[in-house]
Amino acid sequence: MSLFALSTHSTYDMLRHLADSWGLLAMGIVFVGLCLWPFRPGARDANTQAATSIFKDENDGQ
Amino acid sequence: MVSLVTRSGVWLAVLFFTVIAVALAKDAPFAIHMTICAFAALIGLVVSLRQADVDALVRGALRMPDQGRYDDDPIRWGVIATVFWGMAGFLAGLYIALELTWPQLNLGLEWINFGRLRPLHTSAVIFAFGGNALIATSYYVVQRTCRARLAFPGLARFVFWGYQLFIVLAATGYLLGVTQGKEYAEPEWYVDLWLTIVWVAYLAVFVGTILKRTEPHIYVANWFYLSFILTVAMLHLVNNTAVPVSFFGSHSISVFGGVQGALVQWWYGHNAVGFFLTAGFLAMMYYFVPKQAERPIYSYRLSIIHFWALIFLYIWAGPHHLHYTALPDWAQTLGMVFSVMLWMPSWGGMINGLMTLNGAWDKIRTDPIIRMYVMSLAFYGMSTFEGPMMSIKSVNSLSHYTDWTIGHVHSGALGWNGMVTFATLYYLAPRLWNRERLYSLRLVNWHFWLATTGIVFYAASMWVAGITQGLMWREYGPDGYLVNSFAETVAALHPMYALRAFGGLLYLAGASIMAYNITRTILGSPLREEKPMTETPYDANRDVPLVGAATAAPAAAAVHA
Repeated sequence: MSLFALSTHSTYDMLRHLADSWGLLAMGIVFVGLCLWPFRPGARDANTQAATSIFKDENDGQ
Repeated sequence: MVSLVTRSGVWLAVLFFTVIAVALAKDAPFAIHMTICAFAALIGLVVSLRQADVDALVRGALRMPDQGRYDDDPIRWGVIATVFWGMAGFLAGLYIALELTWPQLNLGLEWINFGRLRPLHTSAVIFAFGGNALIATSYYVVQRTCRARLAFPGLARFVFWGYQLFIVLAATGYLLGVTQGKEYAEPEWYVDLWLTIVWVAYLAVFVGTILKRTEPHIYVANWFYLSFILTVAMLHLVNNTAVPVSFFGSHSISVFGGVQGALVQWWYGHNAVGFFLTAGFLAMMYYFVPKQAERPIYSYRLSIIHFWALIFLYIWAGPHHLHYTALPDWAQTLGMVFSVMLWMPSWGGMINGLMTLNGAWDKIRTDPIIRMYVMSLAFYGMSTFEGPMMSIKSVNSLSHYTDWTIGHVHSGALGWNGMVTFATLYYLAPRLWNRERLYSLRLVNWHFWLATTGIVFYAASMWVAGITQGLMWREYGPDGYLVNSFAETVAALHPMYALRAFGGLLYLAGASIMAYNITRTILGSPLREEKPMTETPYDANRDVPLVGAATAAPAAAAVHA
């Protein structure tokens, strides 16, 4: 079945073809994008800042 | 601010409604539950009318310090509730382990037979002990990482008390035989509705605090907490979609039937493991392990990959609970493949936590709290290796329905969830009650070793029991008939069941020591007189300057000049 002609046979059929074609592709791209995001150029400082942010406030209000 | 009249009016309306529900109840358990709700509403009404400052009353009774920069009272209540429900849950677990070994302990009473006490045990340890720990620590972490006071303080208190009411209704329901028959989702429709209200309030408090943060970045622990809250809400709503038989009765019919029902149940069940027992407790790990080690997390990037990989993979793993059932084969394979893939992010997270100690490994020797965190991460790694392995169909054909599964669950629950929670309670107690440090560090060490030995007895006996069971069930004779009857396999497991109960006893003993230690810390007892955890031995003969080296170096330098 072509990816562009989603079945009108049944809702199940339509959804399962969507899930294993465009849906899968979209999820894969979003996942890879989210994982690569912290590796973008210039993110090193932001990561270090975030990691050490929990020590800024030495007594934590106590 | 809600006016006194409005608030009292709401409590009065709830009180009237619950009393009417008691009168119209179709069955005794429903009447009992509505009586409990009526008492809860009555307490709410009295507190409202007397305009009692509950915070101040509890603060006096529990020797809490005054509020500081952050709203810590609900967290203090949560610490106490966690210890209390932990003891109750572990005790119930030990009792049912003994019931399995010596069935006479059922005492012929239906209220305390294994079938009813078992959900009481699982719910008490997961939802009461674990849930209170998650709510309390999420309040603690979100305030400190956002540098903002808790949003909606009234709602935050409602979440605490509402959640305790949910626990009481669930636990009493199990003893009375009220159940949907869905594992880890046993409470009936009206208790589910109540939990939904409490959970939405919890989400509002958490997201509200994040929104008013003064820190630009949202620390990764909060991502894990938020995914836990959101996903549990979604799982709870879908899996508990049911039609009550009567609005005044404790019985309902699920809208899902047959294999669809089974799939929805295990989509819920496995993600309860994934998002309640994993994501939520990882949130604790990502804040408290760096704090206790006094070093930032090993790799912040890895923590983000860990997060997204867990989110994207866990949600598909549920079908591995339904291998060799009526579930379509492709769905079983999908569940297995995603379970095996989950191994990678899980170990990534374990490595991230352990490597945080890089350069400070001596803390494992000197700091019993760090030792507990390390042991919990080690068990996180072990159970997230064992789980994917057991999800492989050929392994599952041996392990499914056997005690191996029980052993696996407990290496995760006792080792990972239990240890990380104990360590965090030890971290929190002195800080929340303004004590110099815990009452005793040596008792933490005792707790550590009792718990660890207990888990070893538990897991090892269940491995032996499970594999014995699996092999005996599948053994065919030359005539083509099964060799063993079911009763024979049960008899073969008896010694293993006794060893398991012994492991549980050790674990409970360790937790009792924790309850004592934390109680003494809260009460502000003088620190226990004990030897320090580590000695630095003094050797007068070796405490001399390195004369030769010190004089030789300048001499050599002079020659070169």
